[in-house]
Formats: sequence, C-alpha cells, structure tokens
Amino acid sequence: MSHQQTITPEDEGTPPRPPGERPRNGTGGVSHARDFGRGFWVKLVLVALIDAGAVYGILSAVSVSQWAIAGFLVLALVLVNWAYFSKRALPAKYLLPGLVFLFVYVIFSACYTAFIAFTNYGDGHNSTKSDAVQAILIQNEQRVEGSAAYPLTIVSQGGTLGFAVVQDGTVEVGTQDDPLAPVTGATADGDKAATVPGWDVLGFAQIAQEQDAVVNLRVPVSDDAADGSLRTSDGLTAYVYQSTMTYDPATDTMTDSATGTVYTADDHGNFRSADGTALTPGWRVTVGFENFTRAFTDSRISGPFLQILVWTFAFAFLSVLTTFALGLFLAVVFNDPRIRGRKVYRALLILPYAFPGFLAALVWKGMLNVDFGFVNQTLLHGASIPWLTDPWLAKLSVLMVNLWLGFPYMFLVCTGALQSIPGDVLESAKMDGASPVRVQRSIVFPLLMVSVAPLLVSSFAFNFNNFSLIYMLTGGGPDFQGTPIIVGHTDILISMVYSVAFESGVKQYGFASALSILIFVIVGVISWWGFRRTRRLEEL
Amino acid sequence: MRRSIPVVAAALGLALTMTACSSGGSSTGDQTSAPPSEAPTSAAPTLSGTLTMWVDETRIDVMKPIVQEFTAQTGVKVDLVQKVSGDIRTDFVKQVPTGQGPDVIIGAHDWTGEFVNNGVVAPIELGDKADGFATSAIQAFTYDGKLYGAPYAIENIALVRNNKLQPETTAKTFDDLVTEGKKAGKKYSVLIQQGDQGDAYHLYPLQTSFDAPIFKQSGDGSYTNELGLGGANGDKFAKYIAKLGKEKVLSASIGGDQAKAAFEKGDSPYIVTGPWYTTEFTQKGMDISVLPVPSAGGSEAKPFVGVQGAFISSKSKNPLLAQAFVTSFLTTEKVQTELYKAGGRLPALKASAEQVDDPVLKGFNEAGATGAPMPSIPEMGAMWAFWGTTQVQIISGQAKDPAAAWTKMVKNMQDAIDKAGK
Repeated sequence: MSHQQTITPEDEGTPPRPPGERPRNGTGGVSHARDFGRGFWVKLVLVALIDAGAVYGILSAVSVSQWAIAGFLVLALVLVNWAYFSKRALPAKYLLPGLVFLFVYVIFSACYTAFIAFTNYGDGHNSTKSDAVQAILIQNEQRVEGSAAYPLTIVSQGGTLGFAVVQDGTVEVGTQDDPLAPVTGATADGDKAATVPGWDVLGFAQIAQEQDAVVNLRVPVSDDAADGSLRTSDGLTAYVYQSTMTYDPATDTMTDSATGTVYTADDHGNFRSADGTALTPGWRVTVGFENFTRAFTDSRISGPFLQILVWTFAFAFLSVLTTFALGLFLAVVFNDPRIRGRKVYRALLILPYAFPGFLAALVWKGMLNVDFGFVNQTLLHGASIPWLTDPWLAKLSVLMVNLWLGFPYMFLVCTGALQSIPGDVLESAKMDGASPVRVQRSIVFPLLMVSVAPLLVSSFAFNFNNFSLIYMLTGGGPDFQGTPIIVGHTDILISMVYSVAFESGVKQYGFASALSILIFVIVGVISWWGFRRTRRLEEL
Repeated sequence: MRRSIPVVAAALGLALTMTACSSGGSSTGDQTSAPPSEAPTSAAPTLSGTLTMWVDETRIDVMKPIVQEFTAQTGVKVDLVQKVSGDIRTDFVKQVPTGQGPDVIIGAHDWTGEFVNNGVVAPIELGDKADGFATSAIQAFTYDGKLYGAPYAIENIALVRNNKLQPETTAKTFDDLVTEGKKAGKKYSVLIQQGDQGDAYHLYPLQTSFDAPIFKQSGDGSYTNELGLGGANGDKFAKYIAKLGKEKVLSASIGGDQAKAAFEKGDSPYIVTGPWYTTEFTQKGMDISVLPVPSAGGSEAKPFVGVQGAFISSKSKNPLLAQAFVTSFLTTEKVQTELYKAGGRLPALKASAEQVDDPVLKGFNEAGATGAPMPSIPEMGAMWAFWGTTQVQIISGQAKDPAAAWTKMVKNMQDAIDKAGK
C-alpha cells in the first residue's frame, strides 16, 4: 500500500489492467483515497458527519473554556481525517475507532482517577479557590440586626448603577463608591423613590438585564464602613448588611472584622486561623500521597481492615471455586450426547445469566428476609432462619446467591471448551483402554484448563470487586458491633471504600480514588501472577 | 470544572462513531416541561429569561401549575427538570461549581449543611416575611445563622390508627398503647418500620420521650454541637427498645414496605408513619385518625420535623430572577395554599396552614407541633448510619448489653464529628 504501489500495481504481481478500469473491491492496489467509487462517497459522508460533530464539540468546548476537551477533539479530528483520506494509513483505519474509545473510556478515566487520588476533592473542597472565597464572603455577610427593609429603586447614570431609597422622607442615592446622600429635587412615591434628577430610574426588565451587577452592588450607608452597606438580592428590597469577613488577595488572608481573627490560606485548601479553626468551604488542591498514607494510618480504617481483607479473598476465591465446580459439572453432564433435550436444559441453565445481577441480588434479598421471605415462609414452612442477619449465614447467603448468578457463565465457558476438544483425542484414549474417569481427569480436564484458566483469573478479579452484589444483597451487613466506621461481616474491600468515602455523610472523592487505586494494585498483582501460572498450563 | 469532562468526552466519543451528535451538552434529566407562551399581565413588566429548576418525581406535577403562573405573571420561563430525589442533592453539589447547574432546586432542609459546606447555595433574605412562617420551618433552613432556603411544606410522623380495628385510644403511655394494640387481636400491635439498616427517624419520638435528643438544644430550639443522646437517658432508651425487640413489637425484618402492607391489610391497629403513606391509606378508603405518639419515657414524644423548600444556586446566572421566584413568589399565601392543595403537605406559611381543614393533616400538625427540625449538619449521614445500625443490633438482640452498645455508638458519633471538623 505504499505510494509506489498505487502507481505501479504490476509490481505486486497483480495482472495488468487497462488504464481507467478500477479494481472491483478496492483492495487490489489502488488506494481508497484514489478510488472515487460508491464506497468513497459513503466514506466521505460518514467522515463529514463525524467532522461536523467534532466541530460542533470543539465550538461548544471553546465556548465554555474547556480547553482540554477542545484540544483532544482537534487532535481526534485531524487524526480521523488523516487516517481515512491518507493512502498510507490502512492499519490506522481499523485501529483508530478502537484507540479513541480506549482513550476516552479507559485511559482517560484511569488517569482522571489517579489525578483525583492526589487531590482533596470532596465535600468541603468542592470547587476552585475563587469560588470558595466568594462563598465565604457571601456566607459571612450578615444583615444588621433590627435594621429596616428599604423598598428599592435602582437608578443609573452614564452606566453607573446606584440605589435610591427613602430615608426619613427624603430620597437618598448612593453608588458603589459614594455613600447614600440626599438628592435635592427627587420625589418619593410612598416609601419608594419615584424620580431622581440626573438619574434614570430602571424598570424591572432593565434591572433583570444587569442582574449580576445589581446583585453584586454594595452601597455604603455612610462614610463609616462599620455602618454596613445596602444590598439587594431580589431587586425590589434592600437591606443593610455588614460583612464580617474581608479577603486580602495580597496576603491571601481572610480577616474577621468582628473578632480580628486572621485566617491564612494553607496548603490543604482552607483558610485557617492560628488556633486551627478552618473556614468552610475550602477549595480543591493537590495533597500528594496523603490519601494513600491515610489508608494505612487512619485507626478507624485499620481496625476492621484485616477481617475485611480476609473475607474479600475468601469470597472471591470461593465464588470462583463454587461457580466453576458447578458449571464444569453441568457442562460435562450436558455434553453427553445421550441426554435428550440438552438444548432445552442448556437454555434453561443460562437463564440466571440473563438477569441483571443487581436486580437478582435485590430479589434474593427479599426472598431471604427472615419473616416475610419466600425461602423461610414457603420453602421452609415458616422457619425463621436469619439468612442475612447472622454473620456466618450472611456470608453463606452471599456465596450461594453468587453461585446462582455465576455458574451459568462457567457452564457456558466450559461447554464451549469441551466442544472444542478434538474428538479423535478422546477416541484414541478410549481405544487405549482408558476408563471414562481417567479420560476426564487426564485428557479432558487439562485441555479444558488451557482455555478456561485465564477466565478463572479474570473471574477472580471480577468477584474481588463485586460491589453490586454485596451492596444490593446485604449492604455489607450484618454490621460489626461498635466499630468506628460502619462496615459489616460481608463487606468486601470495594464496598468498604464506598462506606468510608461516601456513606459517612461527607463525600471524599480523593480518598475513594486513592483506595480504589490500591485495590487495583492488589487485583493487578494477583491477576498478573495468575496469568503467569496459567501460561504454564499450556506447556503441558 | 473537570467533572464534566468525562461526560462531554464520552458524548463526543460516541458521536465519533455514530457520526451524529445529538448531545445537548446539559446532562440533566429526562423530562422537561416548558410552560406555555408568555402572557405578561399589564401590571408586571415584561421580562425575558429562563430559570432552570430541578424537581423530583413526586413534586413535578405539583410544581407545574405554579411555574406556569409565575411565567404568566412575569414572563420569565421556568424549565422544570425531573430528577430522582437523591440525584438532585449530589448532582447539585457536583454541577454548581461547573456553572452548568440549575438556578433553583426543590429539596429537603436537611441538605442545607452539605450545600453550605460546599459553597453551592446562595443565602436568601425573607425580611419581615420570615415572621409569617412556622418557626421550625425557618429554623430548619437556617445554617450558621443565615437562611438558605424558602420553606413551603412541613411534614413529620405521628401515630396513625385504623378506626375500624380500634375506634378509640385511651393509652397515655407507649406501653399502654402496645397492650391496647394487642387487645385488638391482630398480628401486630403497633408497627414502626425498621429494616435491616435500622430506622432512627421512625424511633425518634420514643427516643425524645426519654429526653435523649440527637443534639442538645439551646434556648431558642436550635441545635448545639453537643450530642444529647448519650448518658443515663440514652441508656434507658436503649434498654427500652431492647425490651420492645424482645416483645416483637420492633423487628428488623419490618421495613417500610412491609409495615405499610401489613397496616393496609388490617394486620395492625396502629402504625407510626408520615403523610406520604396516609394519602395512600385514605385513597384506599381506610378510615384513619392521626394522633401524637404516646410517651414511652415520661417526657413528651417529639418527632423530627422535615421541611421542604427551594434553594438557589450560588452560581446562578439569573440571581435576581431566581430570588424573585423563590422569595417573592413561592412565599405568597396564594402559592403556598396551592402547593398544599396539590401536594397534601402542611404549608410552612402560617396563614396558609390556618386554612387546612383536612383532619389527617391537622393531626400531623398537632403531633409535630413541638418537634424540632432534623439536624442538617453534613455529618448527619454518618450519624444516621451509626444510629440505625446500633438500634437494629439492640432490637435483634445481637448486642447483648444494650446500654454498652449505645454508649459505644455515642462515642463513634462523637469521633465522626471530631474527625470531620478537622
């Protein structure tokens, strides 16, 4: 597919063609780029649509100042057009869509999680510093106690906004810079200023046009700043407010004018006073490895951690073992051609696999309820076995439900693997006089494991993080008694992370990301080791 | 700001293959309803602009006519976006910083602490109008001395009686009530929903009757930071629910759905529940009365009061219009009365509450008259979890020593508050 080839297709050994005749399927030697057949026009339209979407995306991204997205889209746009119109980029034509998805769904989210893990993003550190400063200033603006409400007229003079109010029967006007002062010749309509000479009185529609300016306008009541200033939030009424906090960008400090306390911005995204009191909200900053070290140093987590770690391994291992054992057994049984209607059985056995896992877990939760559940009420004739509330029975229930959910997958996989074992191998074993058990043990099982073992490793990794089953079925419960975090006997690591980072009421995205990276490392190492082991099976 | 990157990137990734981009950019809900065309009255100035408001599925139908009226009066359109209640809370916190969030949301007062802590909600000033509201409603939306929401409805739990099974209640204490309920000869005497995670909210009237409120209250009824549920009173309450657990009055296997179904079936003469279920009871033709929960520990049983209202985003692009809608429109007697008629909750505005003639709602009003609002500090999430878990362990008998389990819980709660304040 080189440039040269398109010019001299004969080099490739293809039969010479009369000039002007194009190859039938485009693979002959002439690049798509030079092929103006029907396929080209279809491609042109598709790429044009993609380009249109990308250009739209770039424009929207630029309009909201999302430069990273805009940059990515520009890059993607260039790559797409190059790949589909260049004659040198045949592999890229196939790879590009996959690469784009890989980037968007895997690499980006992985990198983003890693990035968040190094920040303190979460409740109380939700946004940028400028947002936090503004929120602190607004939250600490107090209406002066017992002060009056002023029906407000908003006026403007050459672009400068002002407030006009009636005080003791006289109309007073003030702006951002000039405190309220009486204006001669102004008229009042009741308790509201009607006309002010030299100023345009704004109607509500005009006010609404300048919402931000009006809401942010503070008109000092007098020359003394301690008297407070007028502000309005609805454009109709003004109240006297006193700001107790002032921000000084030069020193990066907040000062409480009432108490004189100075709050200095610290490296953890808070304004903090000398005695350690922090103002809320804070803002998002990077905190290095703090989230990671906290996982090991926080005594509230390290307490139940070991117990949960052991159960996580036990759960993942036993889940794989039980589902595989049952799946394999059924696969072997239903692989026997002597069984009639195997197709029906097989279809029925795959049914649990067709249910969404979280839905099945919820249904099981209802069926295992002590007093109302189907299992106790109907199957066991009114027994009251605490399936989900006794620590050991709850563990058993989790494993049983996971067995029900998981064996069809193993059944499918094993059936496939069994059917791919060549018949002549089995036949020759029989000819050599091997018993059926011996055939299974020495021929079928080793051959089966070659293709199934890697799937067992990935099944282990999946169950290690099987959050939805635990969360929906037991919620981690029954809870440990008296532990400083709410975790229970069936909690696995990932559901513990959820409980610690989110259900404690204060969401901690940074901490949760760090913990999930730690879990990823554990799972990654185990999988790597497992896959290495399975490779050895192939050598048999 | 970065939160929206995955959403946009995913949408565009999709666009790349589907060769069509129909993403509107706003990752909001599924159902929007644009009010009819502008019909400004002659009195009001013609305004333009659109407010975006998030409402959950239970309130969207209540809000539709209200916002249409606002549009007719002012010309400002209101885009109602339906979202799941829990999503409104978390998405508001996530999206306001990006500048993509809504202008106004309708929500519960106990979200206030989290919103203030994250700087996503703007304070509002009701001025003298605040005096027209029930004190508890204003208190509920007040955080650190500032008001952050305009209340419109109040709800609380109370004792609901099936008049067919039990025409009269003479019991003065909760123990008597249980005895009385047992005499009715049904499967249950008094239903109080629990579930396997516990339900401290529905047990709170009993707990307050032991003088063990979650936080100690200062003179004006507002909460202090000091936990109040420990000590001798808390121990007594813990022992009491252990006793109720042993008597099978309380059970972890009775969750909300089970309690409701049992009461509807006539399996119990009493249930402790709120207006969300009574509307269904009356719709099904049941004859019910609503009474205060009798005291168990000697003092008055006070339920938590929950207040619904409107919050304004701190980064709203239409601050003036949003304030006009929330503080000047939603707070009028006419609107509050309309909201009551459509939503079936007690109005927060006193003038509208006086017009309530529904005996069921009146009963709830009396039962909750002395109740304090649920605390809204961000750490409440952890409080609820510790609280419910421990109560379930005591009720089910897993915690052999109820008082010790309770004391341990109080310590864990205190630790959680201390850690969070760090």
